[in-house]
Amino acid sequence: MTKPVIIAIRGLSRAFGEVRAVNAVDLDIFEGEFITLLGPSGSGKTTVLRMIAGFEKPDSGTILLGGKDVSQLPPYDRDVNTVFQDYALFPHMNVISNIEYGLRVKGVDKSDRRARAMQALQQVRLEGYESRKPAQLSGGQRQRVALARALVNRPSVLLLDEPLGALDLKLREQMQIELKELQRAVGITFIFVTHDQEEALTMSDRIVVFNHGRIEQIGTPREIYDNPQSSFVSEFVGQTNKIEIEGKKINVRPEFIVVSKSTSYGNRSVQGVLRDAIFVGATTRYLVDSSLGNTIISTNPREAIAIGETVTLSWDKEKEFLIQ
Amino acid sequence: MTISRQARYALMSLMGIGLAFIYIPLTVVVINSFNVSKTFSWPPTSFTTLWWAKAIENTGVREALKWSVLAGLSATAIALLLGTTLAFAVSRYSFFGREIISLLVVLPISLPGVVTGIALNNAFTKQLGMSTGLLTVVIGHATFCIVIVYNNAIARLRRMGTSLQEASMDLGANGITTFRLITLPNLASALFAGGLLAFGLSFDEIVVTTFTAGPGIQTLPIWIYNNLFRPNQAPIVNVVAATLVVLSIVPIYLSQRLSQDSTSGGRF
Repeated sequence: MTKPVIIAIRGLSRAFGEVRAVNAVDLDIFEGEFITLLGPSGSGKTTVLRMIAGFEKPDSGTILLGGKDVSQLPPYDRDVNTVFQDYALFPHMNVISNIEYGLRVKGVDKSDRRARAMQALQQVRLEGYESRKPAQLSGGQRQRVALARALVNRPSVLLLDEPLGALDLKLREQMQIELKELQRAVGITFIFVTHDQEEALTMSDRIVVFNHGRIEQIGTPREIYDNPQSSFVSEFVGQTNKIEIEGKKINVRPEFIVVSKSTSYGNRSVQGVLRDAIFVGATTRYLVDSSLGNTIISTNPREAIAIGETVTLSWDKEKEFLIQ
Repeated sequence: MTISRQARYALMSLMGIGLAFIYIPLTVVVINSFNVSKTFSWPPTSFTTLWWAKAIENTGVREALKWSVLAGLSATAIALLLGTTLAFAVSRYSFFGREIISLLVVLPISLPGVVTGIALNNAFTKQLGMSTGLLTVVIGHATFCIVIVYNNAIARLRRMGTSLQEASMDLGANGITTFRLITLPNLASALFAGGLLAFGLSFDEIVVTTFTAGPGIQTLPIWIYNNLFRPNQAPIVNVVAATLVVLSIVPIYLSQRLSQDSTSGGRF
């Protein structure tokens, strides 16, 4: 990466009582990238985001924003804005007043801030809604207002704390695409927190996988998916088969394993018996009791196979990955 | 829940009887304030506004009304200030003894008025060497007015959560601006409702007032009590009682309306 670093996190730690929520985290975030902090709940991703925003103070470590340590500054002295999980729209103000709020408290004059707010409203495609109260909006519309309210301040970094969690699946998928396009259009660094691995893979330039307050792996979606560095990452992002073969412990993704009646389609093959085939919509998961003694899952059949039939599982060695 | 037709009728008539027991006597008080008969012969043969005119002219009543309003407003003001501050401290910060403070603040509402009254009287006159007067009445009333404001404020603060304040600070507002533009407007209806209720409580309080007022001050309820057994004052007492009934309904009605508004439009 040749892009300049916008946020440099060094040795960042934060404990809540006995729990080390964030434990000595180092992370460089580049200008203009869409980076996702991914992990299960309690993995520390949200606490990192809240420390960047200024809602939590770190116990130790620094956060350099544009080269300046902001870790001890209050939220209102940091050039970052947040889209909250519950949106946190001000219920007593209408949409346009919500969006104008940041400019208003910074003393931008009225006509200027109205023009900028209208432009932001346009950016999130909510023209005509300016005098509605938040209670009169749908979940997706509130989401857009929250986005506009943050973006209108033109922060150098936008923080998004699981903003799509409250939306239904269809709307969530649509917002994922919109968010990504919006990020490209405005060119601002987005730091996106989620526990949804599919969301992370869909939207991100880079993914940071968190577990127990530490970073497990940093990489592009493809790197994370194709080459997970730990068993935690391989299980949290996508699905994996753990197989012990020729004295080695290897992992293979279900989609790389071909299940057929007898032909081998790769340079590695294992015999088994088809125990069950579970239809899950776009794919069918074939559960095979292998001759190695474990259950191997494949989503890649070559022919019609009946349950109880003997099958051959095969894959390419290049698709295997080792885990320490 | 579905209930049988019979059960529904039974419940409705029980509710009707309950409401009748409370409100028929009160209605009679109001009607009697227009009753021509000085001894309230029932049913009234004719109606008059004479007693109302006399009550308005009565200097004792006017004095008493003045003291009641003064005491009510002052106690409510103190309650708003202290109750809100306490609610903020308890809901926003964690400190040693927080739960105990919360309990101690709410306790006076359930203490018998006579105990609070005697204890305050003792403290004012014996320990502090104060003479009883308006100030002591106001302090006495504030002890239970605070509870009302505190309960209203803390319920609203808990429901608001902290994310609105965080959002405001995130957008560049410091603590004072956030309080002025975000916290206070969202708290205002709860405080207004609490203030109205507190005023209502103070306005018709009699027990604590008896022990803290001393001879110089008569609030409306005390005036009623003192004149209750003077037959020639009876029609005027009745007018004052009717006034108290009507004046008590208004703040309760308003504060209920406000609480309902805030449950539907508070947070999402």
